[in-house]
Amino acid sequence: MSNAAGKRSKGATGWLLSTPALVLLVLAASGPLLIVAVYSVLEKGDYSGVRWILSGDGWFQVLFQRDIFDQTVSFADANLSIFWRSIKLSIATTLITFAFGLPTAWFIATRPPKARAIWLFLITIPFWTNLLIRTFAIMEVIRNQGILNTALMNMGLISEPIQILYTDTAVLIGMAYVYLPLMVLPLYAAIDRFDFRLIEAGYDLYASRWQVLRSVILPIVKPGIIAGSILVFIPSLGAYVTPRVLGGGKNMMIGNFIELQFGQGQNWPLGAALSTLLLLIVLVSLIVYTRVSSRDDPHG
Amino acid sequence: MVTNIAVDARNVGKIYGAGAGAVTALGDVSIAIEQGEFFTLLGPSGCGKTTLLRCIAGFETPTSGSIHLSGHDITYTPPNARPVNTVFQSYALFPHLSVADNIGFGLKMQGKPKAEVSKAVERVLALVKLEEFANRLPQQLSGGQQQRVALARALAPEPEVLLLDEPLSALDLKLRKEMQSELKRLQTETGITFIFVTHDQEEALTMSNRIGVMSAGALLQVGTPHDIYDRPVNRFVADFIGETNFLEGRVEDAKVRIGTGDLLAVPLDGHSGNVTLAIRPEQVSVSAANGGISARIIDATYLGTDTHYTLALGDDSHLVARVQSNSKTAFGVGDTVGVSIDAQAVQVLKS
Repeated sequence: MSNAAGKRSKGATGWLLSTPALVLLVLAASGPLLIVAVYSVLEKGDYSGVRWILSGDGWFQVLFQRDIFDQTVSFADANLSIFWRSIKLSIATTLITFAFGLPTAWFIATRPPKARAIWLFLITIPFWTNLLIRTFAIMEVIRNQGILNTALMNMGLISEPIQILYTDTAVLIGMAYVYLPLMVLPLYAAIDRFDFRLIEAGYDLYASRWQVLRSVILPIVKPGIIAGSILVFIPSLGAYVTPRVLGGGKNMMIGNFIELQFGQGQNWPLGAALSTLLLLIVLVSLIVYTRVSSRDDPHG
Repeated sequence: MVTNIAVDARNVGKIYGAGAGAVTALGDVSIAIEQGEFFTLLGPSGCGKTTLLRCIAGFETPTSGSIHLSGHDITYTPPNARPVNTVFQSYALFPHLSVADNIGFGLKMQGKPKAEVSKAVERVLALVKLEEFANRLPQQLSGGQQQRVALARALAPEPEVLLLDEPLSALDLKLRKEMQSELKRLQTETGITFIFVTHDQEEALTMSNRIGVMSAGALLQVGTPHDIYDRPVNRFVADFIGETNFLEGRVEDAKVRIGTGDLLAVPLDGHSGNVTLAIRPEQVSVSAANGGISARIIDATYLGTDTHYTLALGDDSHLVARVQSNSKTAFGVGDTVGVSIDAQAVQVLKS
């Protein structure tokens, strides 16, 4: 019965029923991406926007710059350093959130069920607060006359405020704070399923605490680590608000650089090319990461 | 004397919590388990047998007393530094490791060279007859096979003592019987001291060299299966091991007068006053003749080789008799019969 009925439902009615989903996928997901990709190979308009003339200028300018006066071509090392900084900061953010997220998730997963719900609720509360407000809160903590510096100076540990705001460190602190829940939640889900009796089995079989962590716990909660890392790394790479507010104007990340091209820079093709490149970087790193981390290695 | 004792628990106590909410899991248990022995801790759930096992494994630290392994005090030694391995009730196999890697885990953690580990794994795999499953993951195996892997994993590092925490409780009856003889065989072959925890008295009787019967955190009796079965020290042990009839009576003239008024010449062992007689069903025989104690059959259960008769005595006390089935002497419900008790085999307990 199921076979015949199943075949019939795949017919016209089936397609009709999936139309809303298809329309949404085409218009909302693929459509904008396509526009960005097309804009990246068009000529830049006089003030902003594009002229519908095919041009490689957008992609060219990602890597090279042409001197305004003598038209000599040189490497656009400023652009590259922005990319490099973004990747570096995103990896660092992922590592920091993992270092803080694992003990946090472990702590929550080992509470009694009722307490777990409360801790998870507390972890998710910042999500309901506007990102900009949270970022300004961080700014308030780390600025020269902020809570941190004032406290350190009052304790006599430092005589002058430490310049944290408008540095890469500030961006890192901000991003780690903002994306921590994205690491904690998948880790929690993985640890929650973990059979804690395996730890005893590990100790029983001569493993030290460190060996139990490395050979038993980490390999088993690996899916959670992978999910959390992806969820933190990708938005970090495209972060806009946090580097803008905490990094000041100088310490740009890719997100800010792209915004600059569509705004003041009035260079939409370059912005579009940068966006497409960012997407490609994310895709490639995702593929590499999942390949490497899911490689079957029984000796962990 | 000291040298052939594998595990020596001295006055071990374990109390969980403190103050009014404190729970005593073990109260002053002393036990000496000999090297190469198959020792069973037997008792109902919550009697403290698993707590004692976990104290020996190192997962729990006793609140009082000490535990010695081959003469060394290991009371505060962490589990990974004790030459003791555990077969867990839930097996606790590592789901991310193959059968071979599970078995080799202990040796690998001890830092043994790879060649030595794989040699030991092969040897133990053969011991538990799982050679062809070396590369499977635990979840691809049946319950019985997982049980064998858990055993092999605990045996591979050749521990001085193997602890088994109700390892057979998750298996079905047929498999459990198989594993019982398998365990006995492994213990004989390896010569390792086994400490086996169970609530199943039959399991305990068939496998053990000695049994320790526990109840409510206390060790009631330690002895061979014969000792425990034939000479239980109190009503709890008699009731817990096998089936037992209890008859109340009173010592009179070196005999015991039971409720029906009959006198039984049982071995008194210095008891006097009110006593309880523990009588095994197979020590009760039933005949058509009017000799012995008069009784009425109120239930007859045919079990193939044996028949169980439930008998009502004159004073309304009940007695179960296990009699070899024989068509000539088969009785029916309602029949009045004569009952005789093998008085020499009766165990007299304090009331």
